[in-house]
Amino acid sequence: MDTRPSGSSPPVLSSAAIALNRFGLGARPGDAPPTDPRGWITGQFARFDIRPAGFAALADAGALLDRYRDERQAARADAGDAATAKVAMQAGRRDFREEVQALYRAGVQARADAALATEAPFVERMVHFWSNHFCVSAENPRVTALAAAFERDAIRPHVLGRFSDMLLAVERHPAMLLYLNQAQSIGPGSPAAARAPDRRRGLNENLAREILELHTLGVRSGYTQADVTELARALTGWSVGPAAGFAFRPAQHEPGERTIMGRYYPQAGEAQARAALLDFAAAPATATHVATKVARHFAGDEPPSAMVERLARGFVASRGHLPTLYRALAASPEAWVPSPVKFKTPWEWTISALRGLGRRQVGAMQIAAFQTQLGQRVWRPGAPAGWDDVAASWAGSDALLRRVEVAQRLAAPLGDTADARTFAPRIMPAALSEATAQQIARSESPASAVALMLASPDFLRR
Amino acid sequence: MIARRHLLATAALGAGALFVAPGLALATVPTERRFVFIIQRGAADGLDILRPVGDPGFAALRGRLIGEEAPGLKLDGTFTLHPALAEVGRMYGRGEALFVHAVASPYRDRSHFDGQNVLETGGAQPYAVRDGWMNRLVAMMPRSAEEAIAVTSTLPAALRGPVAVASYAPSALPAAADDLMTRVTALYDADAQLHAPWQAALEARGMAGAVTGTRQAPASLGQLAASFLVKPDGPRVAMMETLGWDTHSGQKGRLAAQLKNLDAMLAALRDGLGPVWATATVLVATEFGRTAAINGTGGTDHGTGSAAMLVGGNVRGGRVLGDWPGLMTASLYEGRDLRPTTALDALIAGAVAEGLAIDPDMVDGRLFGRAVGKRRVDGLIKA
Repeated sequence: MDTRPSGSSPPVLSSAAIALNRFGLGARPGDAPPTDPRGWITGQFARFDIRPAGFAALADAGALLDRYRDERQAARADAGDAATAKVAMQAGRRDFREEVQALYRAGVQARADAALATEAPFVERMVHFWSNHFCVSAENPRVTALAAAFERDAIRPHVLGRFSDMLLAVERHPAMLLYLNQAQSIGPGSPAAARAPDRRRGLNENLAREILELHTLGVRSGYTQADVTELARALTGWSVGPAAGFAFRPAQHEPGERTIMGRYYPQAGEAQARAALLDFAAAPATATHVATKVARHFAGDEPPSAMVERLARGFVASRGHLPTLYRALAASPEAWVPSPVKFKTPWEWTISALRGLGRRQVGAMQIAAFQTQLGQRVWRPGAPAGWDDVAASWAGSDALLRRVEVAQRLAAPLGDTADARTFAPRIMPAALSEATAQQIARSESPASAVALMLASPDFLRR
Repeated sequence: MIARRHLLATAALGAGALFVAPGLALATVPTERRFVFIIQRGAADGLDILRPVGDPGFAALRGRLIGEEAPGLKLDGTFTLHPALAEVGRMYGRGEALFVHAVASPYRDRSHFDGQNVLETGGAQPYAVRDGWMNRLVAMMPRSAEEAIAVTSTLPAALRGPVAVASYAPSALPAAADDLMTRVTALYDADAQLHAPWQAALEARGMAGAVTGTRQAPASLGQLAASFLVKPDGPRVAMMETLGWDTHSGQKGRLAAQLKNLDAMLAALRDGLGPVWATATVLVATEFGRTAAINGTGGTDHGTGSAAMLVGGNVRGGRVLGDWPGLMTASLYEGRDLRPTTALDALIAGAVAEGLAIDPDMVDGRLFGRAVGKRRVDGLIKA
C-alpha cells in the first residue's frame, strides 16, 4: 500500500531525518542531525547497553514462580479440610496474580525507559524487532511474569551477536517453553510416559511447528507434518527447572534417532534438537525469511526483492552474524527512499512521541496502559506470529481516533511550555509538510498544537 | 434476469472491471436483512463444540476430555452440543440455530495465519487474493461503505479492500477536543491513506452514541454490534472477532470459558437486535479444526475439519447439516484430523446469498472468484 500522502506536496526527507526516525526510535529535540547518517547507525554498536538499569532491577520472576508453587503445596498440606485449603489457595492466587501484573508493568516501564534513554536507538529498535519475531504472548500468569526476562535475557545479549545464538537462547527460555507448551510435552515412548501409563501423557507439537513456521524457515518453505512431529519428538525433555531455568529432563525425551527435512539426527538427549535448530539457523530459507522481515521493517510493506536477496546472501555468507546484516541494511539504497515508507506501529509511535517531547524517562506515566488503549499490548500480541508490520494492520479508523486521543493526553501536561512551531522542525528535520506546519501554527492552544504535531500524517510515518 | 447475467459476464472479464458500475450490477433493492460474521481465531475445536457422541470412535478419542461432565443438549442421534452453549442450545430449540459439521476452507496446511487469510480473503490459497470477501460483499450493496462495520479496533482482513469500512471498539480514553479534531481532519482529508479510515471513524463515533466506555466484555460487544445494526440507516453487515481458541493444553476449562463468552455475545446480540433479530443471519466460523485425538497435554493440536454455526431469526434452524465422515482412523484426514466434507466457502456463499437475498451466482463469483455452484449449501434461510 502506498503510505505517501497525496494532496499537498510531500516533503522530501533528508538522510538525517531518515536515520533518526526510520532507523532510530525518533529524534529528540536536542539531537543534532547526523552529518554521516549511515555511520550514525553502525557507530551505535559500541554504545549499546545490554542490561540497562531498569531491566537489571526487575524482581526475579523465577523466585516468584517458585515461591508461589511452594505456597500452594504448603496450603494443600497444612489445611485441615478441603474448604480451608481452597480459601487459602484462592487468596494466594489473587496475591500471585497481582505480583505478576506489577512485575509485567515494571518490565514495560523498563523497556520504555531503555528506549528513551538509549544512545543506540537503532540497536534498541532491533531488540524490539527480534522480540516480536520470536515473540511470547503474556496471557497466562507464568508467561506474563517471565516476558520482560525473556527480552532481557534471550534477545538483548544476542542482538549484536549471531542469529543461531539468539535462536537457542529463545527456544531454551522458560517463557517460550511455557508459552508454546513445550514444558509439558513428553515422548510417548519415554521412561516418563511408561511410568505413568494411565496419565497418557504425550507429545505437544506447538513449539516445533512455530519454530519451523515462524522462527526459522518460514511458512510454506517445504517442511511437512512429519517434519513437525519429528522435531516435536526431538524437543521432548526440553523443560523448565527450578528458578525458571532451562532443564533437560532425560526421562521425558523420546528415545531414538530422528529424520527432519531429510537430515538425520542420531544424537541422544538434549543435543538432538539443538543440532536440528543449528541446521535450521543455517538454512537458506531462514535467511530469506529473516531478510524479508528486516527489509519490510525499513524499506516498506512490500519489500523490494533485490534487497531481500542481497540481505539473505549476506546472512548466509556471514553465518547469521547480525551486525553484518545491519551493515548491509544501512548500505541498502532501498531503505533510504526520501519519502515515508512505513506507518508507525502504536509502540513506535508512543516511543517516538515521548522522545520527540524530550522525555528521558517515563516516570509515573503508565506505558502498559497506553499500549492497551492503542491496541498493541507490550509482549502480548495474542499469537506466536507477533504483531503485523504493515500499515493495513495499524491505519484503521478506530486506531487513528485513539492516537489522536492519546496525543492530546501526552500534550496536555506540557501546557504552554512547549511551542510546536519550533519543536516540530527539530524532531522532523526537513521532513515537515507545509500543511502540517500551517495547521500547527493555527491551533487554538500550544498544547493543541503539540497534540496535532504528534497526530500529524508526517509524525505517524517514518 | 437475462440482462443482469449479461452484465455479470461482462464484469467477470477482468478483475479491473469488477467494480464498474457497482450500483447497476447490484442484485437487490436496499435490504432490511442483517448479516454478522463472527470469526473464531485460533482454530476452534469443532469436535468438542459439536460432539459426535453417537460415533463409535468418539469415546476412545475424546472421552477423557469430557470426563464426568454433565452432557450438553442432544441435537440428534449423533451430536450433542457443548454444555457451555446454553443460549445457543435454546436458539436451536426454537429453530434459530443450525450447525454444519466437518467443514473446512480450501486451505489444507495447519498455519493459523495462512488459514485465517484464506478464510477472510476467500482465496483458494493464502495471500492469493488481496481484499476480503466481506469487502467484496459490501461493494455489491447499494450504500457500500455504510453497509458494514467491524466491531474491532483495527479492520479485520475480511473487511479490507477498496471499500473503506469503519471499525469501532469502545475506548476508555477521553474524546479529543473539537479544535484538534478539525485540524486533524484537515490534514487526514488530504492524505490518500488516511482519508477513508478517518471519515469512517468520524461516522462510527457519531453512530455509537450512548454505548461508549464499556470495555470489551463479550455481552457488551454483542450489545454494541446490535446498537449499530438496529439503526434504520445503519450498517446491515457486521464483523466481530473472538480470540483464544488455540487450545493446545488444558482444553477442558479453556474451551468451556471461550464458549461461555461466545454464548453471552450471541445472546446479547439477539437481545440487542430485538425485532430485527427476525431478519438476522449470524455466521460463526474458524480457520480450521483440531486433531481428532487428544495430545499429551490435555489439549489438541492443529487439524483440518471443524464445525460452523448459523444463528438468527432468519435461519432455518434446529438441524445439524453435513456429510459425517466418521472418526475411524481410516476415515480421518491424514490419519489424524476430522475429514472435511463440506466446503466452508460453499456454506458462506449460501448463508450470504440467502441471508441477504442476493443472487447466489453473483455471490459465488464475486466473493470467492470461482463457481461454488453445485457445492453451494442451500436451504439455510427461511424464505
